[in-house]
Amino acid sequence: MTTSTERAPGGPAIEIHDLRKTFGTTHALDGLDLTVRPGEVAGFLGPNGAGKSTAIRVLLGLLRPTSGHVRLLGGDPWADAVALHRRLAYVPGDVSLWPNLTGGEAIDLLGRLRGDQGRAAARRRQELLERFELDPTKKARTYSKGNRQKVALVAAFAADVELLVLDEPTSGLDPLMEAVFTELLREAKAQGRSVLLSSHIMSEVEKVCDTVTIIRRGRAVESGTLQELRHLTRSAVTAVVGGDPAPLAALPGVHDLATTADGDGTRVTFDVENDQMGDVLAAVAPLGVRSFTATPPSLEELFLRHYGDELAAGGGSATGAAR
Amino acid sequence: MSAPAVARARGGSRLRGAGPGGTLAGTGLLLRFMLRRDRVRLAVWSASVVALWLYVVTAFGALYSTAEERQARAALMTTPASVMMTGPGYGLEDYTLGAMVANELLLWVALALAIMSVLEIVRHTRAEEESGRAELVRAGAVGRHAPAVAAMLLVLVVNVVVAVLSGAVLVAGGLDAGDSAVLVVAAALTALVFAAVAVVTCQLTAHGRGAAGLALAVFGAAALVRAAGDIQERHGSALSWFSPIAWAQQTRVFVDTRLWPLVPSAVLVVLLLVLGAVLASRRDHGAGMLPDRRGRADARPSLRSPVALAWRQQRTALAWWTLGAGLMWLASGTYVDGVGDMIGDLAETNPAVAQIFGADGGQGLVDAFVAVILLYAVLAALGYGIAAVLRAGAEEAEGRAEVALALPVSRGRWLGAQLVVAEAGAAVLVLAGGAGTALGALSVGVDDPAAWTYLLAAASYLPAVAVVLGLAAALYAWWPRLAGLAWAVLALVFVVGMFGDALDLPDAVQGLSPLWWVPRVPAEDPRLLPVVVLAGVAVTLHVLAFAGFRRRDVPAR
Repeated sequence: MTTSTERAPGGPAIEIHDLRKTFGTTHALDGLDLTVRPGEVAGFLGPNGAGKSTAIRVLLGLLRPTSGHVRLLGGDPWADAVALHRRLAYVPGDVSLWPNLTGGEAIDLLGRLRGDQGRAAARRRQELLERFELDPTKKARTYSKGNRQKVALVAAFAADVELLVLDEPTSGLDPLMEAVFTELLREAKAQGRSVLLSSHIMSEVEKVCDTVTIIRRGRAVESGTLQELRHLTRSAVTAVVGGDPAPLAALPGVHDLATTADGDGTRVTFDVENDQMGDVLAAVAPLGVRSFTATPPSLEELFLRHYGDELAAGGGSATGAAR
Repeated sequence: MSAPAVARARGGSRLRGAGPGGTLAGTGLLLRFMLRRDRVRLAVWSASVVALWLYVVTAFGALYSTAEERQARAALMTTPASVMMTGPGYGLEDYTLGAMVANELLLWVALALAIMSVLEIVRHTRAEEESGRAELVRAGAVGRHAPAVAAMLLVLVVNVVVAVLSGAVLVAGGLDAGDSAVLVVAAALTALVFAAVAVVTCQLTAHGRGAAGLALAVFGAAALVRAAGDIQERHGSALSWFSPIAWAQQTRVFVDTRLWPLVPSAVLVVLLLVLGAVLASRRDHGAGMLPDRRGRADARPSLRSPVALAWRQQRTALAWWTLGAGLMWLASGTYVDGVGDMIGDLAETNPAVAQIFGADGGQGLVDAFVAVILLYAVLAALGYGIAAVLRAGAEEAEGRAEVALALPVSRGRWLGAQLVVAEAGAAVLVLAGGAGTALGALSVGVDDPAAWTYLLAAASYLPAVAVVLGLAAALYAWWPRLAGLAWAVLALVFVVGMFGDALDLPDAVQGLSPLWWVPRVPAEDPRLLPVVVLAGVAVTLHVLAFAGFRRRDVPAR
């Protein structure tokens, strides 16, 4: 789009610094930092109630920040809302549609209100309807949650915009449709669009996101590329060795070491901080290694590490929080 | 609000213990939950109705303390405009306090209780189904009919409580205990009839708003039939008896009390409930009797703006309101003829009447009658308008405002679209009141006042209507959670309009109602100043509304 070149070329699509938003005595956002560079697909992770939707609503100019710095596509999301919204598309987590409009009417209305016109838009709409297998003739009130979600997704992906703001967009979609969504997200990325994808589905984020920000209680606890995040944390090591692995426990960066007998050797498992991996390898090698695997942490493990104490306190199950 | 429902519905073991495995399982538990959920709401409704009885008994006792004063009031009550607003006129010959209260207040108490009952039924049955919450409840061991039966029991309980308290208030006001009991029971039973009507309408349409509107329309029709019948003939004609409201009034309470007219009400309640149960057994959960049709795969070219969207959302309701209200005012207009016929009799039997309406007594009566019908029309339009303005709140609460505002649609454009459509709809209803009454009068050959006078009279209310709706908009824009106070404003406008003079309310109180400042054309001459001042106030309130909505969070917490 022409507007993108006019406004701060190369500047971040989204730039949030020390953002605070309070509702009465509740601190929904408590010093959040978040940056999305142009053309980047940014994952925005956090459990329910962490402040993801609040941050997105601030970005959309729906909520007025209590304090902090927020720039969206080079503009002020509150003051320049209308102009900025021409350049972005939004999919809420729980799509609410006008009950007496059909899905097709809602898609057209959303497009027209944004100013999308012409044959290309109509073709794109038709293609997306087919890919999502959505029947546009049904009244919105008769749609299931997943189908309402599809309506919003078709409208968003049909729009010729620079930025997609997606708030848990796949909740309610079946796995096939999730795959369609992932494909469309890759296409959007290939076209150079920027994406903010709020989610708590780890595999989805791992598949498509360039960067990840993990938010907790209204602030970012971790952010960077997935690669960087993995480096900052520990890998899980499992090895079978002939010698006595006990001295490994004393090495710096080794945690939770456990041993079990394995035939005539010893199976040892431990976590190691990635920047200590070299020293640990040097210490393991002389023990007579018969097998060795080191697994980088999955995003889910990263995530759980940050919320682990909450889980312990809340008594919830790990899978429950990591959904 | 739904959290306890969910919690209890999931407590399957408790529900299972609450009843047999039949279609009524869980009724008791649901009833307790409904009472818990609505305890504040029901307390306010009940207290308001009891306070209305108390205030009217006290005020009538003080204002009309002598027999002469009461007979002067009785004379006033024989005019068609008064009959329309009161009852069949039992006891006008010896207008005691009791007869006065029964004749003039029963209709309005029945209206208040009926509205409360209809809204409660819809709120706990169809509205819950529509929102999907009922699905959670019904997934527990809760029978198909349990929510409706529990809602009906809830309404019964509340009406009994109101009746007992109201009866105590009447007795404390010095009225006979037996007659007081019949009066309050008649009011409660009438409310239950319309509650049962609501049970049926909830089966017909899949939408809570439609179900409530339909049930209240039935009340409107019943009120109209009663009024028409009673205007035809003092103490009611055969036509009157087609209205459940008339059955309550025909108990002749405080005059020559009889109980049997209450029997048809009781029978009707039972019949309607049976009908409701039969219909409920035949339909799917969440569905109405009419299936949803498929629609267009793409939008018409005209659906491209927030105004077009708001119009699309509200046009059906407006069409039905205009049709229903228009017919009602048309029918009312035809009674202008009857007014003329009554003049001779009235002037002979009641010199007071001629005195009140001045030298041209006959024309004065016609004008006063027309003015009352138009006041009704304006109140109805206000009811529609407030509901329509507050739909903005529903759009916001359900997340649709968020979807729209995330598009290149400014706050002002979005709110403006909601308000333009809502307020234009109210204006249409006001003018439909004038046009309907005029057509009704013309159809029976009455051409004085001239047709344009009706429209002028209706139009002169428009600035006052804009003030009330502007206030509703400003409340919504600044404090969305207090937006419901707009209904309290309507209640004030209603009380001042209907009872302001009868209760001799001070001007300072009556002046709180924007409608009070409007000259009652054609009974009074039109004046420009109030119209201009009201228009100024309306503009100010709207400016405030837009300013407030621009600066707050959406959705508001």
